[in-house]
Amino acid sequence: MNKKSLAYPYVIWAGIFIIVPLLLIVYFSFFVDGQFTFQNYTKFMEDYYIKAMGKSISLAFISTTICLLLAYPLAMVLNGKDISNRGVILLLIILPMWMNSLLRTYAWANLLENNGVINNVLAALNLPTVKFLYGDGGVIFGMVYNFFPFMVLPIYNALAKIDKGLIEAAYDLGANDITTFRKVILPLSMPGVVTGIIMVFMPALTTFLITRLLGGGKVMLIGNIIEEQFTRTGDLGFGSAVSMILMIIVLITLAFMSRKGTLDEEGGLF
Amino acid sequence: MAENKLENDYIIDLKNISKSFGDTIILDKINMYIRRNEFLTLLGPSGCGKTTLLRIIGGFEEASNGKVLFEGENIGKLPPYKRKINTVFQKYALFPHMTVGENIAFGLNIKKLDKKIIKEKVQEMLELVGLKGFENRKIDSLSGGQQQRIAIARALVNEPEVLLLDEPLGALDLKLRKGMQTELKRIQQKVGITFIYVTHDQEEALTMSDTIAIMNAGKVQQIGTPVDIYNEPKNAFVADFIGESNILHGTMIDDYRVNFHSTEFKCVDAGFGTNVPIDVVVRPEDIRIIEAEKGMIKGVVESVTFKGVHYEMVVTTDEYKWLVHSTVMSPVGETVGMVITPEDIHIMRRR
Repeated sequence: MNKKSLAYPYVIWAGIFIIVPLLLIVYFSFFVDGQFTFQNYTKFMEDYYIKAMGKSISLAFISTTICLLLAYPLAMVLNGKDISNRGVILLLIILPMWMNSLLRTYAWANLLENNGVINNVLAALNLPTVKFLYGDGGVIFGMVYNFFPFMVLPIYNALAKIDKGLIEAAYDLGANDITTFRKVILPLSMPGVVTGIIMVFMPALTTFLITRLLGGGKVMLIGNIIEEQFTRTGDLGFGSAVSMILMIIVLITLAFMSRKGTLDEEGGLF
Repeated sequence: MAENKLENDYIIDLKNISKSFGDTIILDKINMYIRRNEFLTLLGPSGCGKTTLLRIIGGFEEASNGKVLFEGENIGKLPPYKRKINTVFQKYALFPHMTVGENIAFGLNIKKLDKKIIKEKVQEMLELVGLKGFENRKIDSLSGGQQQRIAIARALVNEPEVLLLDEPLGALDLKLRKGMQTELKRIQQKVGITFIYVTHDQEEALTMSDTIAIMNAGKVQQIGTPVDIYNEPKNAFVADFIGESNILHGTMIDDYRVNFHSTEFKCVDAGFGTNVPIDVVVRPEDIRIIEAEKGMIKGVVESVTFKGVHYEMVVTTDEYKWLVHSTVMSPVGETVGMVITPEDIHIMRRR
């Protein structure tokens, strides 16, 4: 049997549920009442939307950076030879991924809101309450919390795949710990870092859920604007145009990142 | 370089080195010295501790006990990057994200040498290992043999006092291995530094080494020149490991008289005492086949295998199956006589 035919179910699925909707989005974004127009795209040039896009990019960038700074050292520790409970820690990282992210984000909202569990406890102890949510901080927290595993795992895998012989060779040739890290470990783990950045940056850039639940409607990101067009204002054309613009930004970022490192097997998620 | 070798010019002196992982003893009180500019081979079956000993010298493992003296100084606790020793690893361990030139220059760049000097030295090394013009090649575009040469160049360019080689030819095919053996020996003689070489291949050890240390079960069984070890194995393990041998129990009756295979033989050994139990080693190529009636021992040819230069025969007697190498073939089933001259009878103390 031709092995290619095994891929047909997916090809059909992809055709119906990915390609067709994509073409519809392209169509909706360029045609208003059957007339070809750029008006949906020119509307995006308004200050409000540009600012939302800028904010989306900057919050996604900040949360990706925080994830990276937290994940790399953790991945290094997990790869260390004198760690006995590696499995437990890995499980703790993966475990939240088994639960619905909506539920988890709701839980955080409940815990952190002005009248939430933590503030109630603080009030009961006669301590001042803290405004955790309804600002950039809450959104960044939500992004880091939700996407952190997607940063740790590829980096951990990339590090685990580095031949220990190469590290010994670096020591042998006179490199101390810092030089070995800089010249051997870091460059060889780059594919994992690149994968991790993509896996965190992309969903962070497009999220609307985290903003809604932890930003309390005060933070408008590009995902929320798209959602608004489809669910509330019903402006399908403008919603599609914003989606297209976002997709192009994502593609440019992907192209840029995959030139820096490769998205190949070395940096796979698992 | 061989002529001005000083008798006591030890570059490395191992004192009572022991190593154990948990309850398993890997190395058991190793005492050994290595002379400057010597090609020393640690030879033994897998699991005998030879690689662990090499890693202790290189600084990748710490001995549980004992001292590693380098030019008289204990370096046992120094990290690898502080030792004047470089290693050629079994799987080459070349950096895949660097070119050939960058790999070789790695150590020199760390020492922050002048860029021009680094370039010159890299060229010199590429020439030495016969890979001129390869500096911009990617590592994965090289064959196994080429990677091996680059690994050697990368280690040698740092001008170490001692070069450690951990089964460096293990991954190469037979023909390439033979070529690299000669090549390695040539490089060692040209650069004139101490090589410590680990292998389980006895032929490789005999071909290249100035000195061989045979190891088994965490202990050094015998140290000596290849000729000494081949001709005068100290015990049955060494005799068996180095080349094929006939090993028999026997009794030293008196000086120059030995009894084995229920027969008394003349031999050249003395000083064992009288009526002492010993082991006797007779190399297969030292047995001469003659007519049955004229032989010292009589036996029946059980099998014959053609080996190219010689025939390998198994001759069965009442007491022993003899392995015999002979250029003359005797057919299977024929009764033959065997002659062993006194010089070819090697006596070993029994443990």
